[in-house]
Amino acid sequence: MASVTIRDVVKAFGATQVIHGVDIEIADGEFVVLVGPSGCGKSTLLRMIAGLENITAGEIRIGERVVNNVPPKERDIAMVFQNYALYPHMTVAANMGFSLKLRGAPKSEIETRVRRAAEILGLIPYLERYPRQLSGGQRQRVAMGRAIVRDPQVFLFDEPLSNLDAKLRVAMRTEIKELHQRLKTTTVYVTHDQIEAMTMADKIVVMHDGIVEQMGRPLELYDRPDNLFVAGFIGSPAMNFLKGHIRGNGGLAFEGPGGVRLPLAVAPGASEGRPAVYGVRPEHFALADDGADAEIQVVEPTGSEIQVVAKVGGEEVIAVFRERHQFNPGDRIRLKPDPRLVHLFDEPSGKRLSA
Amino acid sequence: MTDLALERRARPPMRRITAWDRLKVNRNWLGFWFMMPAAGFLILFLAYPLGLGVWLSFTDARIGRDGVFVGLENYQWLSDDAVFWMSVFNTLLYTGVASAFKFAVGLYLAILLNQHMPFKAMIRAVVLIPFIVPTVLSAIAFWWLFDSQFSIISWSLRQLGLIDANINFLGDPWNARWSVIFANIWRGVPFIAITLLAGLQTVSPSLYEAATIDGASRWQMFRYITYPLLTPIIAVVMTFSVLFTFTDFQLIWAMTRGGPVNATHLMATLSYQRAILGGYLGEGSAIATAMIPFLLAAIMISWFGLQRRKWQHGEAND
Ligand SMILES: Nc1ncnc2c1ncn2[C@@H]1O[C@H](COP(=O)(O)OP(=O)(O)OP(=O)(O)O)[C@@H](O)[C@H]1O
Ligand SMILES: [Mg+2]
Repeated sequence: MASVTIRDVVKAFGATQVIHGVDIEIADGEFVVLVGPSGCGKSTLLRMIAGLENITAGEIRIGERVVNNVPPKERDIAMVFQNYALYPHMTVAANMGFSLKLRGAPKSEIETRVRRAAEILGLIPYLERYPRQLSGGQRQRVAMGRAIVRDPQVFLFDEPLSNLDAKLRVAMRTEIKELHQRLKTTTVYVTHDQIEAMTMADKIVVMHDGIVEQMGRPLELYDRPDNLFVAGFIGSPAMNFLKGHIRGNGGLAFEGPGGVRLPLAVAPGASEGRPAVYGVRPEHFALADDGADAEIQVVEPTGSEIQVVAKVGGEEVIAVFRERHQFNPGDRIRLKPDPRLVHLFDEPSGKRLSA
Repeated sequence: MTDLALERRARPPMRRITAWDRLKVNRNWLGFWFMMPAAGFLILFLAYPLGLGVWLSFTDARIGRDGVFVGLENYQWLSDDAVFWMSVFNTLLYTGVASAFKFAVGLYLAILLNQHMPFKAMIRAVVLIPFIVPTVLSAIAFWWLFDSQFSIISWSLRQLGLIDANINFLGDPWNARWSVIFANIWRGVPFIAITLLAGLQTVSPSLYEAATIDGASRWQMFRYITYPLLTPIIAVVMTFSVLFTFTDFQLIWAMTRGGPVNATHLMATLSYQRAILGGYLGEGSAIATAMIPFLLAAIMISWFGLQRRKWQHGEAND
C-alpha cells in the first residue's frame, strides 16, 4: 500500500489542455472518490495515475517514487475499467490469474491466489466460465477480482458501476466499500454519481472543467461547500439558490427575488447591500408563520418524505419534508430556511462568504 | 356477463394438431425449402462439372471423341509418370511455402497497418495494389523482373558487384520454383493482410490497456491477446489461401507454362496441358481428380480449425 501525490498536474491533448494544474494528496489506505460532471477530466487523471496517458506537466508520486516516466506495469497499480475489459477468450480463473502468469508466478501460487480472491467476491462457482456466460454484476466482480489478485499498491476504478442497473449498483457499492475495509488498499474511484461519492468516500475530490473545485470529507463538502459549483453538485435534490442582496438595516436578513426577506444568522463583512447568492438545501426548510410566502406547484411524495416544488418570489425552490403534510398544488405555505444552515455565496465569483 | 364468459369457453374444441401443422412451423423443414434454390444452383453449376470431371478420369476420352470406360487405367498410367509426381511435389511445395510466408508476412503487415501512423489510409490502399492488378498482368511484370537478359534484379546485383553474370531465374528448375513462389506470395499477401487487419480492428483497445496494466510486454500482448482473438479469422483466411494456392493456374501459366522442362508444373497446369493442349481429356481429368483428396484434407483441417470457440458469442458448443 502507498500514498499517492498529485502535484500541479497538467494534461493537454495536442493543443487542447483538459487538466489545468491539479493537486491532490491521497493518504495510504484512503478511499478517494473523484467526482464531477461528464468531460471534466476524471478519467484522464485516473489514466495518468495508471500510466496509460503521459503527464504533460507536474508530478505524480506513488509512495515516495515519482512515476511520471515509470511504465504502467512497474507502478504496481490495478485498474477496473468501465467496460470491465475482460479477456473474452479466457475463463474467469484465467482472467484473474493473467497478471500473475505474466509475472511468471508458479501455477500453484496463481491457483491459490485466484481462489482466495474468488472466495472474497463469491466467484467460486464461475471460475471455469467465460465472460460472455456471466451477468453484468458477475463480470464487474471478475474485473475487481483481476485487480485484487495482484495485491497492488493502489486500486483505480473508472466508473465501475455505471453499466449496472440501479439495484445492483447499490449492492455493489456496499461490496466495494466492504472490500476496501477488508483490504485497506489505497483506492482512487471515479464516478459522476454524487451519491456514490458521498456513500463510499473517505475523501471526495470535486472536479470541474479540469480543475479541483474542492476536496474534503463527504459531510464537510455537504456542510460547507466552498463555492456554488460544489454546493449545487453535492446533495440530492440539489441546493436551492436565490439571488439577491444582504440587508443589515432593520434586522439582518437577505432580500431575495421579488423582495422576499430570508433569515440570516450571521453577517459576512461589508454586508449592507452586497449582492450575493443565498443557498438552502431542500431539507433545511421548515413551515413557520414568519416564513416566506410560497405557492406550491408540484407535490411528489416518495413514501419516506414529501418533496415540494414551490414558487418563492417568482423563483422555484424545492423543499423536502419528512412529515406527511397534506399539500395540494396551488396551496400557499410559509417556508422558513433554518438560518444556521443556510449558505451565502459571493456574486458573481460564486465563492463562499465565510460567516 | 357470466353468460358471455361461459359462451367463450364453450367455443368448439381446438382442432387436433396434425403432422402437417407441426411441419409448417418446423424450422428445419422451412429451412430446407429456403435452401433449395441455392442448393439447386450448386448442384447444377458445381456438382455436375465435378461429377463429369471424375467420370472422364475413368474413360479414355480425347477431344472430339467420347471415350469408353477404362477403369483405373489413367491412374495406373499416372502412377508411373515422373512428371505427374513432380507436379504433385511442386504443388505441395508451392502451397506449403507460399501459404506459410503469406501468413507470416500478411500477419506482420496487418499488425503494422493497425498502428497509428501518418498517411494510414493511403498506405493501406497501397498494400492492396498487388491484389487489384489482374494476375496475368502482374505475372507478365514478374516475367520481366525475372527475365534472363533484362532482369532488373540481375542488373542491380551486378551494379552492386555482388554477381558477375545474370541469374537465370526462370531457366533453372529451382530458381524457377522459388521465383513463382515469390510471385504468388507477393500477390497473395494483401488479401491476408487486409482480412487480418479487419480482424485486428475488432479487438477492443481497452483489452490492450488492461493487459498493459497486467504487465504484458508487446510480445505477450500478441501471444495472449491478439493471436487467440484472431484465430477464428486466421482459420477462415488461411483455408481460402491454401485452397487458392493449391489450385493456382494463372500465375504459373503466364510466367513459365510449367517449364523449364516441367519443373514448375502444378497439378492444375499439368492437367490443363494434358487435357486441353494434348487432347487427352481422360488423363487430364485424372490429374485434376487426384487433387480432390488433398483439397478435402485441407478442408477437413480447417473445418476443425473453424469450429466455434467456446468463448465466442453465439449458441452451441458449451
Ligand atoms: N484522447 C483524447 N484526445 C483529445 N481529447 C480528449 C482525449 N481524451 C479525453 N479528451 C477530452 O478530455 C476531457 C476530459 O475527458 P475525460 O474522459 O477525462 O472525462 P471524464 O471526466 O472521465 O468524463 P465522463 O464522466 O464522461 O467519463 C474531455 O473534454 C475530452 O473531450
Ligand atoms: Mg470517464
